[in-house]
Amino acid sequence: MKDNDIKRLLYTHLLCIFSIILSVFIPSLFLENFSILETHLTWLCICSGFVTAVNLVLYLVVKPNTSSKRSSLSHKVTGFLKCCIYFLMSCFSFHVIFVLYGAPLIELALETFLFAVILSTFTTVPCLCLLGPNLKAWLRVFSRNGVTSIWENSLQITTISSFVGAWLGALPIPLDWERPWQKQIAR
Amino acid sequence: MQKASVLLFLAWVCFLFYAGIALFTSGFLLTRLELTNHSSCQEPPGPGSLPWGSQGKPGACWMASRFSRVVLVLIDALRFDFAQPQHSHVPREPPVSLPFLGKLSSLQRILEIQPHHARLYRSQVDPPTTTMQRLKALTTGSLPTFIDAGSNFASHAIVEDNLIKQLTSAGRRVVFMGDDTWKDLFPGAFSKAFFFPSFNVRDLDTVDNGILEHLYPTMDSGEWDVLIAHFLGVDHCGHKHGPHHPEMAKKLSQMDQVIQGLVERLENDTLLVVAGDHGMTTNGDHGGDSELEVSAALFLYSPTAVFPSTPPEEPEVIPQVSLVPTLALLLGLPIPFGNIGEVMAELFSGGEDSQPHSSALAQASALHLNAQQVSRFLHTYSAATQDLQAKELHQLQNLFSKASADYQWLLQSPKGAEATLPTVIAELQQFLRGARAMCIESWARFSLVRMAGGTALLAASCFICLLASQWAISPGFPFCPLLLTPVAWGLVGAIAYAGLLGTIELKLDLVLLGAVAAVSSFLPFLWKAWAGWGSKRPLATLFPIPGPVLLLLLFRLAVFFSDSFVVAEARATPFLLGSFILLLVVQLHWEGQLLPPKLLTMPRLGTSATTNPPRHNGAYALRLGIGLLLCTRLAGLFHRCPEETPVCHSSPWLSPLASMVGGRAKNLWYGACVAALVALLAAVRLWLRRYGNLKSPEPPMLFVRWGLPLMALGTAAYWALASGADEAPPRLRVLVSGASMVLPRAVAGLAASGLALLLWKPVTVLVKAGAGAPRTRTVLTPFSGPPTSQADLDYVVPQIYRHMQEEFRGRLERTKSQGPLTVAAYQLGSVYSAAMVTALTLLAFPLLLLHAERISLVFLLLFLQSFLLLHLLAAGIPVTTPGPFTVPWQAVSAWALMATQTFYSTGHQPVFPAIHWHAAFVGFPEGHGSCTWLPALLVGANTFASHLLFAVGCPLLLLWPFLCESQGLRKRQQPPGNEADARVRPEEEEEPLMEMRLRDAPQHFYAALLQLGLKYLFILGIQILACALAASILRRHLMVWKVFAPKFIFEAVGFIVSSVGLLLGIALVMRVDGAVSSWFRQLFLAQQR
Repeated sequence: MKDNDIKRLLYTHLLCIFSIILSVFIPSLFLENFSILETHLTWLCICSGFVTAVNLVLYLVVKPNTSSKRSSLSHKVTGFLKCCIYFLMSCFSFHVIFVLYGAPLIELALETFLFAVILSTFTTVPCLCLLGPNLKAWLRVFSRNGVTSIWENSLQITTISSFVGAWLGALPIPLDWERPWQKQIAR
Repeated sequence: MQKASVLLFLAWVCFLFYAGIALFTSGFLLTRLELTNHSSCQEPPGPGSLPWGSQGKPGACWMASRFSRVVLVLIDALRFDFAQPQHSHVPREPPVSLPFLGKLSSLQRILEIQPHHARLYRSQVDPPTTTMQRLKALTTGSLPTFIDAGSNFASHAIVEDNLIKQLTSAGRRVVFMGDDTWKDLFPGAFSKAFFFPSFNVRDLDTVDNGILEHLYPTMDSGEWDVLIAHFLGVDHCGHKHGPHHPEMAKKLSQMDQVIQGLVERLENDTLLVVAGDHGMTTNGDHGGDSELEVSAALFLYSPTAVFPSTPPEEPEVIPQVSLVPTLALLLGLPIPFGNIGEVMAELFSGGEDSQPHSSALAQASALHLNAQQVSRFLHTYSAATQDLQAKELHQLQNLFSKASADYQWLLQSPKGAEATLPTVIAELQQFLRGARAMCIESWARFSLVRMAGGTALLAASCFICLLASQWAISPGFPFCPLLLTPVAWGLVGAIAYAGLLGTIELKLDLVLLGAVAAVSSFLPFLWKAWAGWGSKRPLATLFPIPGPVLLLLLFRLAVFFSDSFVVAEARATPFLLGSFILLLVVQLHWEGQLLPPKLLTMPRLGTSATTNPPRHNGAYALRLGIGLLLCTRLAGLFHRCPEETPVCHSSPWLSPLASMVGGRAKNLWYGACVAALVALLAAVRLWLRRYGNLKSPEPPMLFVRWGLPLMALGTAAYWALASGADEAPPRLRVLVSGASMVLPRAVAGLAASGLALLLWKPVTVLVKAGAGAPRTRTVLTPFSGPPTSQADLDYVVPQIYRHMQEEFRGRLERTKSQGPLTVAAYQLGSVYSAAMVTALTLLAFPLLLLHAERISLVFLLLFLQSFLLLHLLAAGIPVTTPGPFTVPWQAVSAWALMATQTFYSTGHQPVFPAIHWHAAFVGFPEGHGSCTWLPALLVGANTFASHLLFAVGCPLLLLWPFLCESQGLRKRQQPPGNEADARVRPEEEEEPLMEMRLRDAPQHFYAALLQLGLKYLFILGIQILACALAASILRRHLMVWKVFAPKFIFEAVGFIVSSVGLLLGIALVMRVDGAVSSWFRQLFLAQQR
């Protein structure tokens, strides 16, 4: 049982990574002038979409929380709507936190918001898929001794790593790299 | 006894740090050796005949004089573009109209009409661009080094050979008027002098008008050979308004008129020199080495033609020190001994009508004299010290011998000289430039041994802090022996070192003495620590900092090693602080202290969750965290840009209100500032009232009630005066200036008296004696006259009964003198922190006054932020009742980080041009006269205000969790169902012990204070260690003098201020503790009586 779970975990993560790689290459087939550095905003949107889609598909296919009861269609719809609201809420609250952390308030608001969206994609979406719109369960998973299954364990690790990675990404900002994107930010 | 030993131990650790800092500084910030040799007329700089044309002429020294008189007009901070001609040859483009452009039109006219008489140069200034260093360079021709930058206030007489000295020894009459810095630099050198005070940068006109009063009469009287006029108006205008203010145009036009007037009065044997000593930044400051600061204007004019060619389109760039040898030779004087400038050869060519060959020869002879002088200087200097690099020196000597031989050969065989002359000139110039470059590089050379020693000492001190902070809370920490042995050994080492030096008759170096004492006291401590404690424990316990905190600390330290990060530190610090805050919140959640356990325990698993229930709900900690982030972000709006980042714009809110133009906005801002002041006051009073200390009848609380509002009133009134002083009608000027002198002094005096009161009677409690005392008060409204109704009877009869009861009880107690007298003392639970908060508020008000008005908002945020942080930290620190008490590392780190963040948000930057010099005038609008320590103190207090406040407030980190205990208890004791029980319970049990828990375990209390002090010193210490390491590793970095050295100096001074503040804060807690003890003793005695 456990080995099986670990195998499935591995495949899901590989798929996620693969989808990110795909999001770099596929759009260049359809879009002109697409590159990560030049049109980074578009890429962020696409990447976020890809990862969300992969997460959803995997959730539907793998169904790690098999114990959940069967429910009616209206239940599912309200659940889905709730998930959407949660996702938006997390985007906005991340945006607020970024601004509190020092992102400019008015300039570059779109960039900041897209950053919030991509971070939400890597943190909130897996939580929503795995735990559903259930804040108490989230709080449980992200506290000591709160993890009950290997899926939750993986969720904990990936989510915390996403936050730490986003945090680390802020560190090289002051370095004086003469990159075009940095010049743009400076302007 | 133990109190004293805690303080002494901390002082000893501070001494170790100071010794390390001093040793490192002495190796890092080397001063140039100042040679006292002098050039003289009789002694030519080198072998060989005296140069061409000087033989047989009277008054000629090394060279025949070309001008008998010089007028030197020094316009302080005359940037090059202020004097640059504005060409209007592009007709379509409208000329850029900035207040400082094109105002010196007489220069342009002269350059166009008399191209062979005048020349404009862009003179390249060596940093530091402070006036005194520039004056030194402009008279000695040398290179004042970095360390001199600090002594701008206390200028001293120049000991090196200089132009003024040469002039006076040649019997020339030097008349000076202007900036009184010259008085200190050249005491008694002038035949006639008119000095005007230079320090008051707000005064644009006194110096200039004073000069103008004397300039033309002196010139017409003819009793002078060299006339120096040093105008300050432009510089002061830059400091006060910046170059973009209309006032600058006025000032420059005035200077233009001065130049015009001088040109009209010049005689044929006189040279006019108009020079700026340095430039200014776009804010009007100077001191650093940005392009705008180091480019100054230099303009030469002679009524006779001296230049062989017309001026080039773009003015030539020359080093500023070139003026020194040029002027010396033009006036027929020896070049000052230590000069490293290169003569401006153009001026020696002899006018437009001279022969090309003879003019080139004249140039070569001037250059050769100059080269001989520089070579002699290098020879003497390298014999005196080992500063100069031997290899380069050797190369230069070879170059010089070759050039000199060529020159001699040229003199002897005039045939074919025309071809070789240019090469000789080029060789001589090459030598002079090489020598100058070598000197510039070598005078920034370091003593690596001292730097390594200082760094090692700093590292060792940090290690001691870490070790002792772990050891201090373990039982049986041997205070006295541990302290006495190292101190004794230190003294022994110092005496031995001094004796050794005495026997071999070397000069005693205080820095080395301190280092020896530090090392010899450090080693026995380490040995004792190892023997007594360390060997029993695994090494892992020595490094107790938790992982995430360690990571954040490492990032903080890594910041010091990159110039980009040091420049961006103002933004990186709030980011790190925010990370700390979120880390604290997340950690609280992770530890399960935020949520009720039923949410966390899985019913399926059935495990019992956390042993101690959460003390707060999750929303509470989250609110604190978000509030803190918001405060940090808001404080970040008061951001001053470092000069390196051109795209960044400093916050306009940092400037004083007086510089604002709009009346309405000014009034609004003034209102906001006063509101911030009132809010600060109200917050402190509210806090004191919440814990009840405000009710105490003790003098400090009376002061808080009445003195603090008075201080706020004084501050507000001073701001009103300062922001509107320029608009005051002339009749009120005297009154306004008087009031702006008295008010800040009154506020500072009030604060000092408040602190004195606090030290005198720090125990702010309200004592109510007698058990029945509260009940006697329950007698209700008095009733007079006979009762008329049943209701009246119902009311009166119990009253009478109660009254009689009281009477009897009172009589009984009086007869039974041994009866138990109970005393109810209130607010004992917050007695320590009440004293701390009062002291911090009293400290904050004078510091607030030293800043610009709108910084008061930052001070309000500072108090709010530290309040929230203390609450957040207290939520995570469990109160262990019997002790030992500890303050966790994250608390101390966050506190230190917040101090740094506040340093930046109060508008400071760790560079010298960013120092708020205005602070020196608060309370002293007329300047200080000759006093130097007071302005230095005021400016220092302004710069390191946040370091001081946070260091003094450091003990609050220990006290706060005990304060918060009352909240937790109150909340828990009022569940809805148990209200009846709570009422039944006697009042005494309900009262939480709070800070009295600390008093119950004094041993642990002192150990915790010591540990807190050591931890704070450790955090500050590793910062200074990182700065020292960065400065020593990157000592050849391009940015070392611009970024790393100033950063190190600011960190070092900040460390000293912080450590003193920390000692004061802990001493205050000790004083309160002593007072509480004596209060208890008195109470005990009273009870026994």
